[in-house]
Amino acid sequence: MRRATHATWVACAAALALVGTACGGGGGSGDTGAVLSSSWGDPQNPLEPANTNEVQGGKVLDMIFRGLKKYDPGTGKAEDMLAESIRTTDSRNFTITVKDGWTFSNGEKVTARSFVDAWNYGASLKNNQRNAYFFGYIEGYDKVHPEGGGEQSAETLSGLKVTGERTFTVRLSQKFSSFPDTLGYAAFAPLPRAFFDDHDAWLAKPVGNGPYTVDSYVKGSQMSLRARDDYPGPDKAQNGGVDLKVYTDNNTAYTDLMAGNLDLVDDVPAAQLKNVKKDLGDRYLNTPAGILQTLAFPYYDKNWNRPGMDKVRKGLSRAINREQITETIFHRTRTPATDWTSPVLGEDGGYKAGLCGEWCEYDAAAAKKLIEEGGGLPGGQVRITFNADTGSHKQWVDAVCNSINNALDNDRACVSNPVGTFADFRGQITDREMTGPFRAGWQMDYPLIQNFLQPLYYTNASSNDGKWSNTKFDDLVDKANAETDTAKAVTAFQQAEEVVRDNMAAIPLWYQNGSAGYSERLSDVRLNPFSVPVYNEIKVS
Amino acid sequence: MGRYVVRRLLQMIPVFFGATLLIFLMVNVMGDPIAGLCGERECDPATAAQLRKEFGLDKPVWQQYLTYMGNVFTGDFGTAFNGQPVTELMGSAFPVTIRLTVVAILFEIVIGITLGVVTGLRRGRPVDTTVLLVTLVVISVPTFVTGLLLQLLLGVEWGWIRPSVSPEAPFGELLVPGLVLASVSLAYVTRLTRTSIAENRRSDYVRTAVAKGLPRRRVVTRHLLRNSLIPVVTFIGTDIGALMGGAIVTERIFNIHGVGYQLYQGILRQNTQTVVGFVTVLVLVFLLANLLVDLLYAVLDPRIRYA
Repeated sequence: MRRATHATWVACAAALALVGTACGGGGGSGDTGAVLSSSWGDPQNPLEPANTNEVQGGKVLDMIFRGLKKYDPGTGKAEDMLAESIRTTDSRNFTITVKDGWTFSNGEKVTARSFVDAWNYGASLKNNQRNAYFFGYIEGYDKVHPEGGGEQSAETLSGLKVTGERTFTVRLSQKFSSFPDTLGYAAFAPLPRAFFDDHDAWLAKPVGNGPYTVDSYVKGSQMSLRARDDYPGPDKAQNGGVDLKVYTDNNTAYTDLMAGNLDLVDDVPAAQLKNVKKDLGDRYLNTPAGILQTLAFPYYDKNWNRPGMDKVRKGLSRAINREQITETIFHRTRTPATDWTSPVLGEDGGYKAGLCGEWCEYDAAAAKKLIEEGGGLPGGQVRITFNADTGSHKQWVDAVCNSINNALDNDRACVSNPVGTFADFRGQITDREMTGPFRAGWQMDYPLIQNFLQPLYYTNASSNDGKWSNTKFDDLVDKANAETDTAKAVTAFQQAEEVVRDNMAAIPLWYQNGSAGYSERLSDVRLNPFSVPVYNEIKVS
Repeated sequence: MGRYVVRRLLQMIPVFFGATLLIFLMVNVMGDPIAGLCGERECDPATAAQLRKEFGLDKPVWQQYLTYMGNVFTGDFGTAFNGQPVTELMGSAFPVTIRLTVVAILFEIVIGITLGVVTGLRRGRPVDTTVLLVTLVVISVPTFVTGLLLQLLLGVEWGWIRPSVSPEAPFGELLVPGLVLASVSLAYVTRLTRTSIAENRRSDYVRTAVAKGLPRRRVVTRHLLRNSLIPVVTFIGTDIGALMGGAIVTERIFNIHGVGYQLYQGILRQNTQTVVGFVTVLVLVFLLANLLVDLLYAVLDPRIRYA
């Protein structure tokens, strides 16, 4: 706190000296020169748009980059940012015009080439980008990113063509009507020439086109971001900057907030949830995020794929007392799920409360009956596999098992099966070693119903961990993607979701909320649908 | 003496290779680290294969080990998954942990030995009983409880310290974490010194020294303490390695970005390069600390002759 006050004083003094304006302390107006500090986690992968797939790195990209589209922090709707227009007549060929007047923080103009070069870089196999598959819809992807060990036979995507300084065309390999709405995802951000000319220097201090610039970056401990004076966008930063501080433990971050050394914690530790209201009052946020927790099943295991098993899965679903678990374990930071999407989509976006119907309602007697009709649990027992290293997975898995055991009157019906590390857990899933239900959390990439269904349940899709396959579902998704009318596309996706329900492909558990706590210095703090604070709107007094 | 040192140094070679090989194998059996790099989804096979190649994970384990050791001798400890060279991580982590360890060891020496001498000389008196009780409590309470309690009281309730240590981690901010880290060892040092002092107090040479009319201060420091310190030095010496490696809990509580933090991250992400690199250095520290202890024996007690 002391240091922050000091910084404020310096900023005020500087402002006074330069323009002679008075420096107001407190009040709702906020000091646009003041810097706030926020908790952060060490990004797992190098910080590049197409290489960042977790929240911590994504947080930074969200501050230093703006793409063609941006998701509204309130509604989650994709709105034009750098895109002047995205035109298509057939949902397959798109003509994109970039707005004039945008620059990177190093002064370079953002042009059509900035996008095309960045996307080509992201898709190319030789650059090892973790998010390369985002470009998988663009024609020529199979050449620059051959699957199955083939040689890379092209450097650039044949579906991308620069047609003018500010225009380029995209040709997809199949119809995908909601393609423009995916362009708000960080992987589609434009990149300056500096990225390609001196990659190491760029990684040490990333340069983007967003409302903030990276002032200094000490890997593993702190990143200082400062507001850009020459930022041309409508969402200019309302504060002077943000210091992201790496915390090894979110409990320590919370303690620092309590002691006045930190302004913003965007992950309130589970252990503090019962005190947080008393500690922070209104300065505690608990808002829905696009995260759904489910239990997935290994369909490659013949035990789980024989006829009648859908009844067992439905029975298990009905044996889980979601209300009780979200209340006692999560202190209402989760909401019992009643469909396979998320409330952040809104009804127009495809969220349909109660789509799961009775199958997601707790009923011990019905659960028992369903499981018996389905031929009983394979081997008389289910083992729920999860990684025990992060989150509070152990607690809820135990609670789910308890609930199932109570419903079935059998102490051994469900046991938990912890795996030491996340990597090992993921490895076992990739190697198809699961023998029973396992934890499957899904954080959306972009707020579209498509993102909650296709990657998870489409045959051989990237996150179809259970290898579920259903032609009816696939056909409906294809139909939805080919639909040019958004409302019709959403309806088709919901029909596909009903197929998921009728087969109980995965058991939906609960929607996860984002949580945050902040100091008295801050106002206008809110979380976007990705549970990341909307930093540029925060006012510091 | 010189030959002894050389022999000890040569003995370190097989220990060094054995330890690194063990760690290498242990991290390896934990499974495929690439699987965790793509978040909650399967890495697409082509990218995964490419990453595996980049980190050398596509080769058999023995070959990985040989390449790794070969590189280590040229000072290349490999690259962490976030693209940072492991040597860079070490460069930022070790100075912090060394500072923390120095603070802890100083606490052990200053407080531990002083309390030990005081209680050893006053065996059975109220001071002795009180200190014995206090050390018993300290030993039986886990470090994370002491740490969290001190952090809450000093950092939040009374506001005397910052609850978390800044990235630069200067000595001043490391005092409380150092005390927490040292607490259990400190209690042991007190008890060891006390017993040793109490025993030697009755020995002939102390009686002789007292009979010669030497001042009490000289008897205690030159005669009694010097001879009583041998077990204590052994303990503190081996503790150096233990403190550096065992700082994981303390570093996590006080948000210190040191060795413990890097090791924890490395293990969570199954980053072989980070874990093996840090453990290798820790093994070296441990071995050197042990060597130092053995050499100190000879300094403290000339009767102990080597070579």
